[in-house]
Amino acid sequence: MTSTKKDPVIVVLQLTGGNDYFNTVIPYNDSLYYDNRPTIRYEREDIIPINDELGFMPTMGPVKELYDEGKVAVIHGIGYADSPRSHFRSMDIWHTCEPDKVGTEGWAGRVARELDPNKENVLTAINFGHGLPRALAVPGVPVAAIADLSTYGLLTGIADVDQRSKALDLFSKMYAPTVGGSFVNDYLRSTGTDAMVGADIVKVAPEQYSSNVEYPNSPIASHLRDIAQVYMADLGTKIFYTQHGSFDTHAGEAAAHPVLWKEVSEGISAFFQDMKEHNTGENIVMYLFSEFGRRVRDNGSGTDHGAAGAAFVIGDPVKGGLYGEYPSRKAEDLEQGDLVPNYDFRGAYSTIVEDWMGMDANPIVNGNFPKLDVIKK
Amino acid sequence: MSHKDDLALMAHLMRRAGFGANRAELERRVAQGYEATVEELIDPPAENGGGKMALLLRYHPSFLLPGGVPFSGQANWMYNMVSSDRPLEEKMTLFWHHVFATGNSKVDNCDQLLEQIDMLREQGMGNYRDILIELSKNPAMIFWLDNNENHRDAVNENWGRELLELFSMGVSNYTEVDVRECSRAFTGWTIQAKLPRAPYGRYPWKFEYREEDHDFGEKTFLGRTGNFDGEDIIDIILEEPATTRFICRHLYNFFVADEPQVPAWTIEPARDEDALDEMCQVFEESGFEMKAVLRHMFNSQWFKDARFQKIKSPAEVVAGTLRMVGLFENPDPGVLNIGKEPTYMGQSILDPPSVEGWHTGLEWINSGALLARINFVADRVSNADLPGMRDIIDSMRAEGVTTPDHLLNACTDYMGFVELSEETRGQLAEHVRSGGDVNWDDRTAAATRIGETMALISATTEFQFG
Repeated sequence: MTSTKKDPVIVVLQLTGGNDYFNTVIPYNDSLYYDNRPTIRYEREDIIPINDELGFMPTMGPVKELYDEGKVAVIHGIGYADSPRSHFRSMDIWHTCEPDKVGTEGWAGRVARELDPNKENVLTAINFGHGLPRALAVPGVPVAAIADLSTYGLLTGIADVDQRSKALDLFSKMYAPTVGGSFVNDYLRSTGTDAMVGADIVKVAPEQYSSNVEYPNSPIASHLRDIAQVYMADLGTKIFYTQHGSFDTHAGEAAAHPVLWKEVSEGISAFFQDMKEHNTGENIVMYLFSEFGRRVRDNGSGTDHGAAGAAFVIGDPVKGGLYGEYPSRKAEDLEQGDLVPNYDFRGAYSTIVEDWMGMDANPIVNGNFPKLDVIKK
Repeated sequence: MSHKDDLALMAHLMRRAGFGANRAELERRVAQGYEATVEELIDPPAENGGGKMALLLRYHPSFLLPGGVPFSGQANWMYNMVSSDRPLEEKMTLFWHHVFATGNSKVDNCDQLLEQIDMLREQGMGNYRDILIELSKNPAMIFWLDNNENHRDAVNENWGRELLELFSMGVSNYTEVDVRECSRAFTGWTIQAKLPRAPYGRYPWKFEYREEDHDFGEKTFLGRTGNFDGEDIIDIILEEPATTRFICRHLYNFFVADEPQVPAWTIEPARDEDALDEMCQVFEESGFEMKAVLRHMFNSQWFKDARFQKIKSPAEVVAGTLRMVGLFENPDPGVLNIGKEPTYMGQSILDPPSVEGWHTGLEWINSGALLARINFVADRVSNADLPGMRDIIDSMRAEGVTTPDHLLNACTDYMGFVELSEETRGQLAEHVRSGGDVNWDDRTAAATRIGETMALISATTEFQFG
């Protein structure tokens, strides 16, 4: 745990669609990389070496800078046994921590419930994007979904400022608690009040925020900027969730993969510069994952759905470095042509939940899984 | 009954047996009569089928087989809900999707999910026995509940269990042995080996009965013994009173008034036991004809009285609003996004959270979902350029809606004869009065007044009910 009294905060960045691990953290001295990737590969001179064996793909320069500052932990071979190689099923497993059955509760939603059992803060968990990922969905846990912070709110369609303010006054009257109301009516009123209060509180975030950091122009950078604003406004949000994609590039991989990672890397870099400028980095850890990696051998135009992937833990409280082992690329060690996961994803969640958030991970991830020593004590 | 009462009742019927209707349709149906409308909903004219879908596919051919692109599949179905001339057929499809919840999270194939929806559309108002048999052979369902992994020598109970627990009888009406025996009877009911996607894309999945993988041994199921196969099991299920009650209670919960969540049904009595008894009797006597029980239900006084007794599902909010404002009667480009709208409110159609489907009623409402519901409706009713809103504004002008109280009444009526509590109506009236009379010399300003008033009605607690 860090020395300050502020509570730990987690930012989850989901790389939706199945990021090509083999083409992200690249074993650039392994001839099997070049043999298996006649079409979909980065050239050796463009790869950014981490050590003699591995390198980041070419547009991850900004991540490499953070890595060199000791702030990036790379987790090798993450996944789970018997990958279904389906995006939806696989993402569901990552979200619910239930590889063997269809789960209904999301792990991050469970964290939110533990952190705020009495629902005192309607902004404990926020998704930046439309709707809710299943990771945040737990019945009865309030979670805000902010597609765009600058336009977030209730009855935003009423253009006239005075009219809207009158409308919101009326709304707060209509949703004010009553005496002797039915359960249904009370519930609707308190929920409506939560929604309005949440929108009202969060609107101060952009007003209070100022920064010299210029975020690039991409959807993920906008979300990360919104996250920075809400985080710095100190509204008690502990879980920030967002996503970028689609990494399901298939035949478009050669063109799209470098662009996606450029957007992610530059967005992350701007975010942590922003944290540095405001001296607010010590309470925040970012976690990046994708639902699976991709097939080792390319198919001539792209790559198919695979199994093992890489996850990243980034931030000031993180002990940077490489964790675990890169799965073997030898033909005889592959399963259905895929890298075999050697580290259970629930261990990474356990690490974050226990070593960073200071909570018991077992009920969150449904079991005990080996953690990694990536958080500074 | 006054004409307005007739319209209000018809609005109620059309909300429940469809996705709402605009004033012109309500007038037409009132002229036709209530019972005649029920008959038309139950037996829609044949010529209405298919036209809108052909139009959709002409503009968006990718919606036909959306494969791995869920929002195209969702948009396909939402478009049908919004534009169908056979609203009850579409509503029954949604009903069965709630009960036979099958999700893309595992199936990962919207082609097959839409094929299941098509099956429910075709069979959904037919005989319940036929529906269960079709469902047992439905490839998406077989894959969703692992019946392709249910073998003579290695029984997988997933389908067998859910058939009893969620699709027919409800928990606590059978034993674990019954689950096992039921599952054995469905061994060999599988899908043909899937062809690889590369290089031509997805091939349709097909049901296949593999005799060599079917367990022909004797089975004892719910006290009966024989060499049962799947159809025999379904026949036995239908002899159980628990099945009739379970399906009728689903119908009541979906069409009449919110019941507690399904898992509580074994302990909580029904909201209206008498109504449920009537439905059960009709359903059984008809030999499990869906039309018979629907007809009885819609014509019952307890149905007519149950106005605003149900929290609208997100699909109902979206389809109902789009019908009211007249969007997507034709598939213009915006139709690409309508499939996602219910998702933002907590109902991802074609992708329920689990085989138990969605928790309904009050559980539709949380702070994020409520905000999304209110903003979705408010944004559309305050857009005076939408065809349905233009009609409403023109009608109000023709009616001479001028005073604030008249404006408020006209707005609640055009939104489906919304019933507001006295307190809410008082608060809204005070707000509307502060704006003075509607000034029709400035049509834009008048339209803005109407839009704002309707937006505020959409923000009431009462409007969350349908």
